[in-house]
Amino acid sequence: MAEFSSQNRTLISSATLARPRGRFIYWTVLSVVLVVFTVVFVGPLYWMATSGFKSVHEVLHNPPTLIPKDPHPSNYKTAWTQLKLAKLLWNTFYYAFGALAFQLVFDVAAAYALSKLRPVMGNIVLGGMLATLMIPSAVLIIPQYMTVLDLPLLHVNLINHPWAIWLPTVANGFNIFLLKRFFDSIPNDLMAAAAIDGAGPMRTLLSIVLPMSRPILGVVSIFAVVNVWKDFLWPMLVEPDPEKQPINIGINSLSQGVPQNVLIAALAISALPTLLIFLLFQRNIMSGLTAGSLKG
Amino acid sequence: MAATTVPDKTTRRHAGRAAGPRAQGGRGGLSRKLSQNLQAYGFLIGAILCFGFFSWYPMVREFIMSFQQTKRGVTSWVGFKNIKTIYHDPYFWTAWKNTGMFTLYALVIGFAVPFLIAILLNELRHARAYLRILVYLPVMLPPVAGALLFKYFYNPEYGLFNRILKIFHLPTSQWLDSSNTALISVVIAATWMSMGSATLIYLAALQNIPGELYEAADLDGAGLWSKIWHVTIPQTKLVLSLMLLLQIVATMQEFTNVFLMAGGNGPENSTMTVVYMVYQYGYRYNNFGGAAALGLFLLLVLAGFSGLYARLNRNSD
Repeated sequence: MAEFSSQNRTLISSATLARPRGRFIYWTVLSVVLVVFTVVFVGPLYWMATSGFKSVHEVLHNPPTLIPKDPHPSNYKTAWTQLKLAKLLWNTFYYAFGALAFQLVFDVAAAYALSKLRPVMGNIVLGGMLATLMIPSAVLIIPQYMTVLDLPLLHVNLINHPWAIWLPTVANGFNIFLLKRFFDSIPNDLMAAAAIDGAGPMRTLLSIVLPMSRPILGVVSIFAVVNVWKDFLWPMLVEPDPEKQPINIGINSLSQGVPQNVLIAALAISALPTLLIFLLFQRNIMSGLTAGSLKG
Repeated sequence: MAATTVPDKTTRRHAGRAAGPRAQGGRGGLSRKLSQNLQAYGFLIGAILCFGFFSWYPMVREFIMSFQQTKRGVTSWVGFKNIKTIYHDPYFWTAWKNTGMFTLYALVIGFAVPFLIAILLNELRHARAYLRILVYLPVMLPPVAGALLFKYFYNPEYGLFNRILKIFHLPTSQWLDSSNTALISVVIAATWMSMGSATLIYLAALQNIPGELYEAADLDGAGLWSKIWHVTIPQTKLVLSLMLLLQIVATMQEFTNVFLMAGGNGPENSTMTVVYMVYQYGYRYNNFGGAAALGLFLLLVLAGFSGLYARLNRNSD
């Protein structure tokens, strides 16, 4: 309700809505929107979750059944073991949170240095980082792959190694941009006060900047995890070993020759973690979406 | 941004000049500056290395590789041969045509629909949080779940879509199985999966429109459509154009959905996109030079859009 009262007026004025005809139209539109949106956006998910319980025969049944007639919870168990979902989920989790850790450490440190320590040629470094936002990621996939195959100078092959997923995620100009912009808004007087108290840059970062930056760190973290969770082409190329694949690639490559109801159950399981993340953090996700995306 | 950084720099320079010589003499100030810079680069080194290895170096390498060929482990310069090979590939124009069509369909469907939904949601006074969550829900699905789910719905025999069409006695479709409809079927599914973010961004932009503008339009006797046309669209023009460009750049790089739903090229190569062709050159034909050359074509086409995006974005600050 608070949202409603602070709401600006929109296309249709409250006065129009207050009239009987306006009220009637409003409530009709609202109910239609509620029903249609629920069917369109939750319907497929509902179909997925329930079809996971159906027998193969019932999945193909015409017309489709709304509630499984004879539920087979064992499909979920079969999917879990046959498609090795525990392994696939664990891999995905490992890649996502590893990438998060690398991004938090390296990108926060870099943005802090660029915003507050301001070294010589800092602006050139920042410019170089932001310039990468202009290069379409699909174009770089081949040379990036070649780099991972034989890392220059060090000559190590990162294929089938989690680093092949973790390290490239650090090179995220958008994260640097969001973090730097936030750090810029922290008053320099605070930095100066910390310096007078004898705090070095590391101490200042840990005990002053980071505690103040919780909202932006939350946004960066959620997107870091979700991006790795949703990535497809890159992990398919750099993690060819079935034992090391994340869920997107693993389910797709194992999907042939699995009964339909079992595959649908597997899809439902694969969708659960990100949907849960969303429902838990939807406030942060939505604010992050509108805070950053436009100026990217 | 610039307003806050300039005073910061000057005050620090003054502080250095004033404190340096008094405390440690001229050379001390210099070494302090050096150690400050070293410290700063210590913080930067991790990110610089990652950018260097996985972003900056690959950018340079993309150009180099386009003019190189590797045969039996020996890399040699081949000039424009890769570019010629790609250009004379019988599917070169098919891939561009499909990519262009994909982008066009995605703009017609994926650009208009989220904007209309955002306008609609902005007018509703109830269940806002619920509706916003609903629209964004598919964005959070892993691509494999969304794409394979739609593959079931699209199945011509037992798929949900044809069943629904049959209930209403409408003509059914072959969806992904026909070269006429495969591409648009992928676009519909892809739009369902991704339009949540655009909708929420439009919604935020709509909420920033000053209410007085609508009041004034009301006084002038404007109807619903003329208010949309003369107030809503001009007021959100910048966001709309940014999202338009962003969407062009994103959809021209389509790979995942055509790969998962249509097996990549689709019936009679009807869904073969440029990025899928890059993938084929690199990982099927083992011709990385050709793949890089094709990437270069894509880069040139998209660079124009990216440059435009950066320009608009700068103006919005």
